[in-house]
Amino acid sequence: MALDRETFHAALVARHGAARQAKFDAARVAVCGLGGLGSNVSIALARAGVGHLHLIDFDRVEPSNLNRQQYAATQVGLPKAEALCANLAAINPFCDVVAETVRVTSENLAALLADDDVVCEAFDRAEAKAMLVSGVLEAFPEKPVVAASGMAGLASANAITTRRVAKRLYLCGDGATDVDDNLGLYGARVLVCAAHQATMILRLIDGADEP
Amino acid sequence: MLKINGEEKEAAGQTVADYLASSGFNLARVVVELNEAIVPKGRYAETTLRDGDQVEIVCFMGGG
Repeated sequence: MALDRETFHAALVARHGAARQAKFDAARVAVCGLGGLGSNVSIALARAGVGHLHLIDFDRVEPSNLNRQQYAATQVGLPKAEALCANLAAINPFCDVVAETVRVTSENLAALLADDDVVCEAFDRAEAKAMLVSGVLEAFPEKPVVAASGMAGLASANAITTRRVAKRLYLCGDGATDVDDNLGLYGARVLVCAAHQATMILRLIDGADEP
Repeated sequence: MLKINGEEKEAAGQTVADYLASSGFNLARVVVELNEAIVPKGRYAETTLRDGDQVEIVCFMGGG
């Protein structure tokens, strides 16, 4: 059965309250990187009824992604932005999704992210994370950034937290585990970190500024 | 004396680049905030730390 927009929205208002849902409806969130973090963050935000999602990733779905990223085996080979856009449409057909297959660089990030209220850093390489976070905080005086550092391996999920580490920078993760240390990445633990990011993004949209 | 990640440090007079290198940070993996403003990545070598500064250094781990 296809739901109409009014029924879908009424169900969100029933769970979240009209005032908070109105903030979610109006929000514009950029998700940079659509891997284990970004695909899960995007789904959590679409389910919450965030009105506008800007999905950005240059890569395609690979078999090695399927242990933790929200793609189907049938989507291997597709651009991640395109595949996730389709998956989000099945979850929340009323979310306004702009999906771009592009590599974010220090040169293009200001133009790419100009219209977004909140930026979610969801890359995998540490150097790319630092480039994006430093660039966004430098280019935009008001925009908050919710980033992730440390979710590799199978250590306790309880080590993963959200901290405010700079004026507009929120950092989710254990801050210590690095995928370069051959710890592996496990869907369940990456999902905990993604859930921290999604929760902080919803809190920022709602007007909170502490973790 | 200045504060780096909440700890008192004797680092006045050093540049951000000098401090990061001498403390073992990988410059490509860090974000540096000085007195609530981001230090652009191209300005670490020309930004000098002073007494009373509040510095936050975030060093990213890989994975996502």
